[in-house]
Amino acid sequence: MLSYLARRVTLSITVVLVVVAAMFVMMHAVPGDAVRTALGPRASEVMVEAYRFKMGLDQPVIVQISRYFGAIMRGDLGNDAISGQPVLQIILSQLPDTLYLIAGAMLVAVLPGIYLGVTSATHRGGVFDRITSVLSVSVMAVPSFVIAIYLLLFFAIRLGWFPAIGAGETFAEKMHRLVLPSIALGLAWIGYLARILRASMLEVMAENHVRTARAFGISRNRIMYDYVLRIAILPTITVLGMGVGQMISGAVFAEIVFGRPGIGKLVYDAIANRNYPIVTGTVLLTTVFFVMVNLIADLLIAALDPRVRNVISR
Amino acid sequence: MSSAVETTSRPSRRKQPRSALARLVSDPMGAFGLALIVFTVVAALLADLAPFAPAKINPVDRFSVPSALHWLGTDNLGRDLFSRVLHGARIALAISIGATLLSLVVGLLLGVVAGFGPRWLDSLLLLVMDAMKSVPTVMLALLLITYTGPSLWAVVLVVVLVNGPGYARITRTQVLALRNAEFIEAERALGARFFRIVAFHIMPNILGPLLIMAAMDIPVVVGIEAGLSFLGMGVRPPTPSWGTILFDGFSYIRDSIWMVVAGGLPIVITALGFTFLGEALRDTFDPKLAQR
Repeated sequence: MLSYLARRVTLSITVVLVVVAAMFVMMHAVPGDAVRTALGPRASEVMVEAYRFKMGLDQPVIVQISRYFGAIMRGDLGNDAISGQPVLQIILSQLPDTLYLIAGAMLVAVLPGIYLGVTSATHRGGVFDRITSVLSVSVMAVPSFVIAIYLLLFFAIRLGWFPAIGAGETFAEKMHRLVLPSIALGLAWIGYLARILRASMLEVMAENHVRTARAFGISRNRIMYDYVLRIAILPTITVLGMGVGQMISGAVFAEIVFGRPGIGKLVYDAIANRNYPIVTGTVLLTTVFFVMVNLIADLLIAALDPRVRNVISR
Repeated sequence: MSSAVETTSRPSRRKQPRSALARLVSDPMGAFGLALIVFTVVAALLADLAPFAPAKINPVDRFSVPSALHWLGTDNLGRDLFSRVLHGARIALAISIGATLLSLVVGLLLGVVAGFGPRWLDSLLLLVMDAMKSVPTVMLALLLITYTGPSLWAVVLVVVLVNGPGYARITRTQVLALRNAEFIEAERALGARFFRIVAFHIMPNILGPLLIMAAMDIPVVVGIEAGLSFLGMGVRPPTPSWGTILFDGFSYIRDSIWMVVAGGLPIVITALGFTFLGEALRDTFDPKLAQR
């Protein structure tokens, strides 16, 4: 188990280092002069040279890349091109709003997803199963930003049940304003979870220990919840881990549509202002966050599932 | 005797394998998906017959509701939404199908290189693919477009980077499973060259799953194109894209609902069409899944 942990952590760190290297290459390989692009067409030659010197772009590439890695290891993601504040500080100030949104979306997805998945598996081939299957596929297919705009149109603008923009000040306001964006972001995941759980339950239901439990006369509900769901739910942890990455993507749209603060809105505004340090910093931090969530999900599976644990220990 | 032959022959006639299309259409989900796709393709083909030029501005007719003249109403500049949606279908289909096929080709090549190449190259490619999978899609797209600038080609590049690794992984797995198979060894012993083995023996074994995967990826690509255009980082105005129509609708959502309807509904129809078709394709042609 310890060697698995070491292997997974090493792989995660390597992946992040590759992403950092790719970002460095991208910044230097794009056609045209990145400094002129950053400063705009009206920048004078003196301004361009000063910026080049300030950012260390006048140094050899090997010096630049070692400085780049060194700075990132120290948690220095550079300074905001407009306010001059440290990028890390700005991103961390916006992160909680995005995390609330992702947590809200998880909440929207998990309970209905589990209910639909379990009920579909126990009523396999029936009307409920068929309807759930079509609905799951449908909500998964429609992009979250389209759902967000239609929710905004009907529930905020037409019916006036929810405020159209902002994140709110008090706790009650924050919760109220979190409802629509969370639904927009979480709806597709009801479908994903229901499908994964259904497939996983059907697999476990065909296993010998379930047949034995049935032969012992244990009640159907107890078998479903104590013998089947306990094992079948494990793959959903991996799916939710992967889902965080997609939710970060979806959060960009949800934050723009509902005018909420957060890292999605931050990076969108940064692109409009050509604020490159914010863009690269946000991409890097969301990648680290995503890699960490996946690592935790994998370790959790290894800790919870004795079968996985045995395979790893062998 | 003849009646006995008749009675036994009937069921066996029924069991005869039908054409791929007939099997696909017999699945209600597949038939519905195909109908939605045909509807979108016909809309794209008929774009030249649209009643108005997609970029024709008419300030007098701003925000008009659907009428006999403007079937879906007009936008904030008085442009005919129906004409813009028809032209947008061309962009959506061209990018989603074109970029998906390009991702498939790139993934296929990378997968063959990883599967047949030396171990260090295989490990390096896997690591790069893992790294790319670790960057959230929209963040990767925004980062790329920040440096390349918004354009149709930037969207294609994003799609290839996001979807290519998936095809590469499947190809690699299949190549690793097949490269030491007896029939490949026999071909090699007969003096077959690398390209012959790949083209005639590896490809037929992997193309089917890859095409099913491609069909399931198309709705994702429709979403990526529309999403990036919605953010102003995809197709540039005045070229009509469903994403830009939706963004204009979002900007003027309090003035008219028709722009949001005109921009969003085609995205929903196309995404559902390709998703239903992809699901039906997988259920029909993947025997392992069909048994479930």
